[in-house]
Amino acid sequence: MTTTTEYGYNSKVEGEVIVSKADAVINWVRRHSVWPMPMGLACCAIELMAAGGSRFDISRFGMEVMRFSPRQSDCMIVAGTVTYKMAQVVRRIYDQMAEPKWVVAMGACASTGGMYRSYATLQGVDRIVPVDVYISGCPPRPEALLDGMMRLQDKIKTESSTRTLLRNRPVRDLTFQKK
Amino acid sequence: MKTILEAHPYLIERESADWPAFNCPQDRLMDCLQSLQEEHGFDFLADLTAIDHFDAQPRFEVVYQLFSTERHEYLRIATPCGGDPDPVCPSVVPLWKTANWHEREAYDMFGIEFSGHPDLRRILMWDGYPYHPLRKEFPLAGKEVEFPDEGLREATGKTVLPAPMMGGPFHASQTGSMAKREPRADDESWNEARDRADIQDEENLPPRELRDKH
Ligand code: SF4
Repeated sequence: MTTTTEYGYNSKVEGEVIVSKADAVINWVRRHSVWPMPMGLACCAIELMAAGGSRFDISRFGMEVMRFSPRQSDCMIVAGTVTYKMAQVVRRIYDQMAEPKWVVAMGACASTGGMYRSYATLQGVDRIVPVDVYISGCPPRPEALLDGMMRLQDKIKTESSTRTLLRNRPVRDLTFQKK
Repeated sequence: MKTILEAHPYLIERESADWPAFNCPQDRLMDCLQSLQEEHGFDFLADLTAIDHFDAQPRFEVVYQLFSTERHEYLRIATPCGGDPDPVCPSVVPLWKTANWHEREAYDMFGIEFSGHPDLRRILMWDGYPYHPLRKEFPLAGKEVEFPDEGLREATGKTVLPAPMMGGPFHASQTGSMAKREPRADDESWNEARDRADIQDEENLPPRELRDKH
């Protein structure tokens, strides 16, 4: 004998009305249509492209719509080495993106400067833009990128989107200095 | 090569591991390169770079790597570049157009002023960067300067900081068992390597201490 449990929306009981929390609905919508802005600056961008291909298929998570215009994108994936000369461009594109927006630092270079400990490389993109998810690896495999994006989805789920419409989040500074 | 030396008696042979190389005084440089290009068939400037000798006089040297596409031969010409901190050298853009960007790079990295260059701007670092990073006195980690863009400065309130070197530069030890060599920080005195039990083994010494020991 099988038993069924009714939960969620039941059209017989509720007709065409759904009762939920605004936060839940908004976050549900946002979570499943994160359009990435591919900030591909170096070798990591190749793995980012692989994640977009059919083998790894980022479109399973509603993220296949890579937008090369910051106006139409929600999540900047910084994939690659950010030089100081490029840093201003990254920040400007971040500023041009409409709220709500998220940033994923993909790979060692974007997270910390990676192996480029030198005068020309920005030591972590979190110095100029607020980062939500850091992905380790040099380069991270596409699975790692997908895992990072799923964690971003989890993070979006817990956000209070009705209360904080505009989020002015701070950037970090270098904390890891030689003692 | 004999014919070149006969035609240009002021050239002095220079130490080289592969192809012939000559030192050329700077006042004869343009004559020399022009004749090499027109009469000796070195029609291609493969590379142009500079050397910083730091405490030698003259401090800088500009090096031209020439190639003959007919005879498939390389030739290296080096010329001393007086003047510190502002060395000057004649530009060879009239001879080889490819020298344009090479000279911009040498200017960017070493601060060598190429007189007669059509457009001598920085090519790798941003305009207005106050240093020349490949000079010997410039640290690899960099120096603190302002961000290149005013908007970025305002938005973040940050500056370009020296990169934390974490005891680097990193390189593999030149001695010890090959199987155990791996890139290590030169100076590991600041990190947890001190606490490792096997630090006494020679193979596990940081590269700097190993060097001091030998
Ligand atoms: S983390 Fe590695 S793969 Fe990614 S951009 Fe840096 S060097 Fe390239």
